[in-house]
Amino acid sequence: MIDWLGPDEWQAVALSLKVSLWATLLSLPFGLICALALARGRFFGREVLNWLVHLPLVLPPVVTGYLLLLGFGRQGPIGSLLDSLFGITLAFQWTGAALAASIMAFPLMVRAMRLAIEAVDPKLEEAAATLGASRLRVFSTVTLPLILPGIIAGVVLAFAKAMGEFGATITFVSNIPGETRTVPSAIYAFLQVPGGESSALRLVGVAVAIAIGALILSEWLSRKIAHRISGT
Amino acid sequence: MSLSVDIRRSLGGFDLHTTFDAPEGVTVLFGRSGSGKTSVVKSVAGLVTPQQGKITVNGRVLFDRETHTDLPVHKRRLGYVFQDSRLFPHLSVRDNLCYAARVSSRGATDPRQVGDLLGISHLLDRRPHSLSGGEAQRVAIGRALLSAPDMLLMDEPLASLDGPRKAEILPYLETLRRETGLSILYVTHNMAEVARLATHIVLIDEGRVVRSGAPEEVLTDPDMVRLLGIRDAGAVLSAIVAEHLPDGLSALAISAGKLFLPAVDAPVGAKLRVRILAQDVILARSRPEGLSALNILPVRVLAVRRGEGPGVIVQLQAGEDRLLARITRRSADALGIVEGADCFAVMKSVAVSQTDIAVGLQTGL
Repeated sequence: MIDWLGPDEWQAVALSLKVSLWATLLSLPFGLICALALARGRFFGREVLNWLVHLPLVLPPVVTGYLLLLGFGRQGPIGSLLDSLFGITLAFQWTGAALAASIMAFPLMVRAMRLAIEAVDPKLEEAAATLGASRLRVFSTVTLPLILPGIIAGVVLAFAKAMGEFGATITFVSNIPGETRTVPSAIYAFLQVPGGESSALRLVGVAVAIAIGALILSEWLSRKIAHRISGT
Repeated sequence: MSLSVDIRRSLGGFDLHTTFDAPEGVTVLFGRSGSGKTSVVKSVAGLVTPQQGKITVNGRVLFDRETHTDLPVHKRRLGYVFQDSRLFPHLSVRDNLCYAARVSSRGATDPRQVGDLLGISHLLDRRPHSLSGGEAQRVAIGRALLSAPDMLLMDEPLASLDGPRKAEILPYLETLRRETGLSILYVTHNMAEVARLATHIVLIDEGRVVRSGAPEEVLTDPDMVRLLGIRDAGAVLSAIVAEHLPDGLSALAISAGKLFLPAVDAPVGAKLRVRILAQDVILARSRPEGLSALNILPVRVLAVRRGEGPGVIVQLQAGEDRLLARITRRSADALGIVEGADCFAVMKSVAVSQTDIAVGLQTGL
């Protein structure tokens, strides 16, 4: 595959995988907490949280990217804070691409997890408590195993979405080869120059292969887990 | 005394105000659906919180509004058997049984003894979805037992099962009571279960306790007939198997004499409890002759309760036991069935079904 892809193309694929992997892993705990809060929480501002989580799904990606730039850019309130406190810069860095991808993928991840949590019968958790399990134990021994298929579905969906993220990424972190040029940005760049079609086409092939691979993997995993959980 | 409950809880116009003590043994909380009995047992378990009151088990305070004590569910050390078995679908039967040991230091790790007691040892490697309703409920009972509870709460554990499945589980519950000595708070609105399992009854109606006491007394109280259900009204008698006869009958010794029933599945000398429905008892002023019914006991009328309908409920003293008879008002008037009258109670042998006979019962009377 390394021979088959040119160095620029390979760079874009590797970067995309890295960005998507980090984006997914970093949003996983937050996604789970948000999904739990939305599915089970009874608190003031729950509707607002619901809106916020879903906003990237309905906003034009360019808008999300621009808002990220305003907030997390070097001059932005959060960006300057991160810079002065930890020396972290996000704008025009691959880390920024990961942030953009995770924000765009977040609604999909939360949705899948929330559905799984809502499908868990609270009566089972009640039963676990009567058997001496603390809330944390109930979660780790009953809730978590039962929602695992939903978590995996959410992770895979988020990963696929992160792999394909374009609008917010290019707005927030631009299209710098080796730093922020992910597969979709690279395809876009190749199509802008004469003779770039063949490179673009190869990357399209890679993108399709990764997407299908992710779907197959998630189907296989969730079936395996559903099997283990129901025992059928 | 093992359990003491004194709670108030108002919810949506329903006012629960329940006070009772449950001694050791099986205390049945009996009431119609909507009477508040499930709220009581859930309050004891900590699944709902009363607005006022106090709950103690063996002197240990689980809830006390005044001292702001409210132990969380998992620290109450009470086994709870729900109407639906609520087995964990992702765990095997063995792991379900040993769940308590996995999540707390109290639970027992060896399911064999409980497995044998409940007849579920052969199911250990199965998954909950492959169990029948009766098997699943036995596993749920075993799982609660293996959490080493101070007391067992059973909330209509047989209500979701059909007749044969109920009959399958009842003997296990009797064994449980006999062999573990664990105190049980048992919620039901089924009289057959009351008659077979209860050592103490708490009758609850519209959120209040209307009567509590030994089943022999409460079930033969003619004033309670309305609550118990006219068709289900009946006495429970303590009996000892006297003899198995060659013609397929068993003779049981009761305080008023002998009772002949279709062959009872218990050895001679075994203590039984027999439930005799009020509607199966016929009254005669003189000892009837030339009658096919085998059981004729001399009795004295203690009380006559007239209701709205054409029937009356007659409370009878039979030896040291009490019986109820349901006869028509017309017969009562014609025969002169009044308080203090001596007469004879007549019962067909075949009227008592095997499901109304509880084996090996220590009634504590």
